[in-house]
Amino acid sequence: MSIATTSSKLIGRQAPRWLPLLIGLCALILGAALSALIGFSIGLWAVFAGLIFVIAGPVVVGMLEGSRKGKDAFARYLIYGAFLLALIPLVSVIWVVLGRGVPGLSGNLLGTSMNGVSGVTDNEAAQGGPAYGGAYHAIVGTVMITFWATLMSVPIGLLTAVFLTEYSDSNRAFRWMGRVITFLVDVMTGIPSIVAGLFAVALFVQVLGDPSARFGFIASIALSVLMIPTVVRNTEEMLKIVPNELREASYALGVRKWRTITKVVIPTAMSGISSGVTLAIARVIGETAPILVTAGFVASINFNAFSGWMTTLPTFIYYQIMNPTSPTNPQVSEDRAWASALILIILVMILNLAARLIAKIFAPKTGR
Amino acid sequence: MSHSSSTVPEFSTPTGDQPGQGDENSDHRREGHVAIGDAKGGPAQDRVFAGVTLVAGAIILVVLAAVAFFLTWQASPIFGAASSEVTGGKGFLSYIWPLVVGTLIASVIALLLATPVGIGVALYISHYAPPRFAKGVGYVIDLLAAIPSVIFGAWGASVLAPKIVPFYDWLSGILGFLPIFEGPPTATGKTILTAGIVLAIMILPIITAMCREIFAQTPVLQQEAALGLGATRWEMVRMTVFPFARAGIISSVMLALGRAMGETMAVTLVLSGGPFNPSLIQSGNQTVASEIALNFPEAYGLRLNELIAAGLVLFVITLVVNLLARLVISRYKEFSGANS
Repeated sequence: MSIATTSSKLIGRQAPRWLPLLIGLCALILGAALSALIGFSIGLWAVFAGLIFVIAGPVVVGMLEGSRKGKDAFARYLIYGAFLLALIPLVSVIWVVLGRGVPGLSGNLLGTSMNGVSGVTDNEAAQGGPAYGGAYHAIVGTVMITFWATLMSVPIGLLTAVFLTEYSDSNRAFRWMGRVITFLVDVMTGIPSIVAGLFAVALFVQVLGDPSARFGFIASIALSVLMIPTVVRNTEEMLKIVPNELREASYALGVRKWRTITKVVIPTAMSGISSGVTLAIARVIGETAPILVTAGFVASINFNAFSGWMTTLPTFIYYQIMNPTSPTNPQVSEDRAWASALILIILVMILNLAARLIAKIFAPKTGR
Repeated sequence: MSHSSSTVPEFSTPTGDQPGQGDENSDHRREGHVAIGDAKGGPAQDRVFAGVTLVAGAIILVVLAAVAFFLTWQASPIFGAASSEVTGGKGFLSYIWPLVVGTLIASVIALLLATPVGIGVALYISHYAPPRFAKGVGYVIDLLAAIPSVIFGAWGASVLAPKIVPFYDWLSGILGFLPIFEGPPTATGKTILTAGIVLAIMILPIITAMCREIFAQTPVLQQEAALGLGATRWEMVRMTVFPFARAGIISSVMLALGRAMGETMAVTLVLSGGPFNPSLIQSGNQTVASEIALNFPEAYGLRLNELIAAGLVLFVITLVVNLLARLVISRYKEFSGANS
């Protein structure tokens, strides 16, 4: 860089390093002025300032350093801009959920169901009375439905991944089968969640012969359709990176293949597998549409996934917004919805974090 | 190492049974004995375990077949029903086409918005951000994917929709002569364009995640050669990264399209739907997924079959889109050799 300051014939003219700052400052001032002409707001100001910076910056750089450098600067600003643009909704969502959710968080919300809470109680709450009703039944439903879904998807997903990595190369028929399964797992990843829900309902309606069959386990079936491909994919990746030397060492000691897999390969990949499973749970725990069509909606607590309707946190949020308990005072229901949204986000974030921690802490020790 | 001691005797002495393994196993073991001389055949337990994993894989086949089968089975009454019995009274086709068009409109809007931003963010992570910083940025974008769709829907309906109304007013003022921006815009902001914007936010992480992986696979030698010849960073990206990643970008966009078409809650909460309406900034239009979610809980009788048939249509459309995307990806992998 020091060479650049002294004028050399080998190096073209370079814009001073403080130039973007200067242009940025000018863009901010001009943007404020322009937005004031229409009617000032922070958003408008940001839009104008950003536009001016992205257009004027490259033009100035282009005049100083040549058009190639100008184009480079234009692309760079656009790419940085894309990144900032992507952050806006994320920050906004988290901000809004925190801002509206935190006031509604209470022991009431976590510990009681909506049983017996009617429009009358909500109207009283809006008048300043105590706010009753909570999301306990929804938390119970979420846990039960996700539990059954996990119980079904993990063995199937794990064993399928074992087949794909350990067995699909052993003969021609298996190789063909492996290719078909890999392809179908890809296809399964793309099934829309609501279609998975409709499938589960159609299946149970057909099997039980009852067109109004709705209970928690149907939702679990729908969720496992969504969960299995994620589990297969993550586990496959993890099994693939288990070093072949470990398998060969085991075979050399006369250990059979299935013992090698269950005692050497899977334990080695265990941290990655459990992290993948946790991520899969995090993915399905926030699903709304499949629950909506499979598990019904109920205000009371139900621990039994095999009979009776069930509510989960996402469907609870959905119904509290779409059909407020008291149509005249929807505010009370909305408070409950946002507080539940906060619980749901915290749940998902904890699962994501746990997945990363599991992967890190329980990773096989490589050093001797 | 510890387990080897317990398994080795199994080969040599059938009498050296471990406790807990029944007679059934010793039968297999005799079979296994024969197999030891034969290098190809494995012991029976091995075969059982291989069989179990094969069955697990086969379950996936069965599940997909069952999805297609049961959806078709439950949808079939609608295809034989009199057209007056279908919602709208004009037969299933005229019921479904506005929904399919609505789905396409919403997902195309989402793609148009998300693709440039997604590629930009992916480039930022792979080629522009300081390396130490890039991993954290990738994690932050992944967070966007972790937020449940119902929360995006609630956010879109209560935060984005009211805020975007002035923009729609401005849009209809300037571009009102175009049928898609025909005024007067709705006062609530709950339009298909808003739904498309929310969908764009939701599919952004998909595009970003896939693109950044492919961008990062660009051969380093090519990049360094471009820079060494005096290319600016953007010229390097254009000359080495984009040609390498073109197929990958296309397939990531198509995967995102599949996701956008199947996404339900964001649209259900954000859009106040209705019949087909060419104007994007007025209420109206509806997507297949959202129509199902809104009406299924109260549906009974033939309406139930009708909505399942709508689900079948959605399934087929997303299937085709995803298959095309996979086709592009698989070709790409062969060409690049990146995964070999």
